[in-house]
Amino acid sequence: MSKKISILIVDDEESVRDSLYNWFIEDGYHVMTAEQAKMALTLLESEHFDIILADIKMPGMDGLEMLRRIKTIKPEAIVIIMTAFATVDTAVKALKDGAYDYVTKPFDPDDLTHLIRNATKQISLESENDSLKKKVITLENVEDIIGISEPMKDLLREVESVAQTNSSVIITGESGTGKELVARAIHSNSPRRFFPFVSVHCGALTESLLESELFGHEKGAFTGAMYNRKGRFEMADSGSIFLDEIATISSKMQVELLRVLESKTFVRVGGNKEISSDFRVICATNKDLKTMVEQGTFREDLYYRLNVVNIHIPPLRDRLADIPLLVDYFIKKYCMSMNKPPASIDPTALKRLLEFNYPGNIRELENMIERAIVVGDGKRITLRDLPMEKTIVNNSTESLDDFEKAFILQILQKYSWNISRTAKALKVDRVTLYHKIKKYDLKPAN
Amino acid sequence: MSLPIITLVSFGFFEQDFLEEISGAVKLEFNCLVNHRDGRVDLSEFYDPARRQYNGNSLLKMVDNLSHPDSFKTLGIFNVDLYIPILTFIFGQAFLNGRTGIASIYRLYNERYGMPKDDRLLFERSKKEVIHELGHTFGLFHCDNPICVMRSSTYLEDVDLKKSHICQKCRNSLEISQNVVAI
Repeated sequence: MSKKISILIVDDEESVRDSLYNWFIEDGYHVMTAEQAKMALTLLESEHFDIILADIKMPGMDGLEMLRRIKTIKPEAIVIIMTAFATVDTAVKALKDGAYDYVTKPFDPDDLTHLIRNATKQISLESENDSLKKKVITLENVEDIIGISEPMKDLLREVESVAQTNSSVIITGESGTGKELVARAIHSNSPRRFFPFVSVHCGALTESLLESELFGHEKGAFTGAMYNRKGRFEMADSGSIFLDEIATISSKMQVELLRVLESKTFVRVGGNKEISSDFRVICATNKDLKTMVEQGTFREDLYYRLNVVNIHIPPLRDRLADIPLLVDYFIKKYCMSMNKPPASIDPTALKRLLEFNYPGNIRELENMIERAIVVGDGKRITLRDLPMEKTIVNNSTESLDDFEKAFILQILQKYSWNISRTAKALKVDRVTLYHKIKKYDLKPAN
Repeated sequence: MSLPIITLVSFGFFEQDFLEEISGAVKLEFNCLVNHRDGRVDLSEFYDPARRQYNGNSLLKMVDNLSHPDSFKTLGIFNVDLYIPILTFIFGQAFLNGRTGIASIYRLYNERYGMPKDDRLLFERSKKEVIHELGHTFGLFHCDNPICVMRSSTYLEDVDLKKSHICQKCRNSLEISQNVVAI
């Protein structure tokens, strides 16, 4: 036993108390006795007991009344009721009131040993369960969000305070900055952490699919709807729903979503029964929603409904101090998953990583490290293992805006200033491209 | 420095050879001098007619009162069925880290379980129970090692499964405890 199990024996008969005391002491348990229920309850206020063995018939307060009081103050306590007069009624009553088991005096020594061994096993399973839960929460909360830079410290502080509230959150940040990770951290630190975290990538689904995904559908609602299906809002009941790429949803879905957020009720596709669900909404986008509102592509009322709290994740180039830590984390992660001993990194390679621009942010850095471990000798990551020769290295004399301006101009020239083709190549919409052209005052060469 | 003395007190009739062999085994196991004497006590007052058994708690106290001040540990050996109020029977019991213990050979006979008489097996079982209870008086708890004599045994099969010796882990605790006593 890693932790000494403590047992409290409550019986008005001295000989019973002494016998059980001696029996359990020989097994190495920590044992205390009480001759009355009242005394036991006083002891329980100051001491912790894993198992309480209580006689049912005692002068003053009886065992059943004591059981009820113990369960009110310590619902997790394991209480075993003993009596010399076993009746089915009292046994059932004791079990209904929360007793772990019920035994008739005198016991067979083997029965007593097994009873206590099983109770001990339950205690150790419960404690293991608790520690695993804590571990899971810790993993999602802190260990996966890596950073010692000031922007990251501020972010973690924000996550911690936001998690305790029930407000809607919008997480903004460039692609690859870890928006879903932050959403999970908010959920796993919130009072909803023991309920589901349901994630929906809105950008990956068409309007009708998204509707069915979010609200669920009834059998026969459309071709292929063979069964009733719960929607993501329903699945997220008591938990959190994470809507990634929220800026991509259609105007119709924006209206639907606003209605659901306001009433917390919805109807499955093809159904007529109103379903209610208690969920918290966390959204993420790499777009500027405020600009979209101004341009009329995102509903203002929905924006204000969602944007109760805004958490912005800084791009990796704004938190260079975190790069060595992230590099170390990804090296360990991928070496472990590939069954390789932990590799080191050459200082020149690390210097090059610190100079890089990271348009794909942490995701890009992670991919670089994974590739380096795959193609490298497995002992040391060198410059040769990094794929940066083909990419644009950050020039410290230029700002990000200069870089963006030059890049957009290069692509515009490539497509002879065809706006649609250039926007497609840049993976932005035409409005955003026009906005950038205006912002940087870009003009054709002649 | 003379060795501490363990006194075995037998209640009822026992073969002299049987008691001498038990004394020899105890001496070897605990490295103590072992004395033996007859306990001339009427056991009827410890008999519970309702249970048709003898009260182990009262017998333990009685042996404790009988123990000689020179004796480091005293163990009463009985041939009656022992009980304590909460359990249907016991093979023996002792004061943990105390001076006294008791053990009964009543439930160790093969014949009580419909098996042929086996004096050697009876002796082996008795030896284990005596050493087990004395182990408690030296402060040893029940041990998880299935062959250690300090393994808890609630059935005869459990007694047969274990050996009559203290395992190394328990022996280490025993030596610490004896050192503490010597100091």
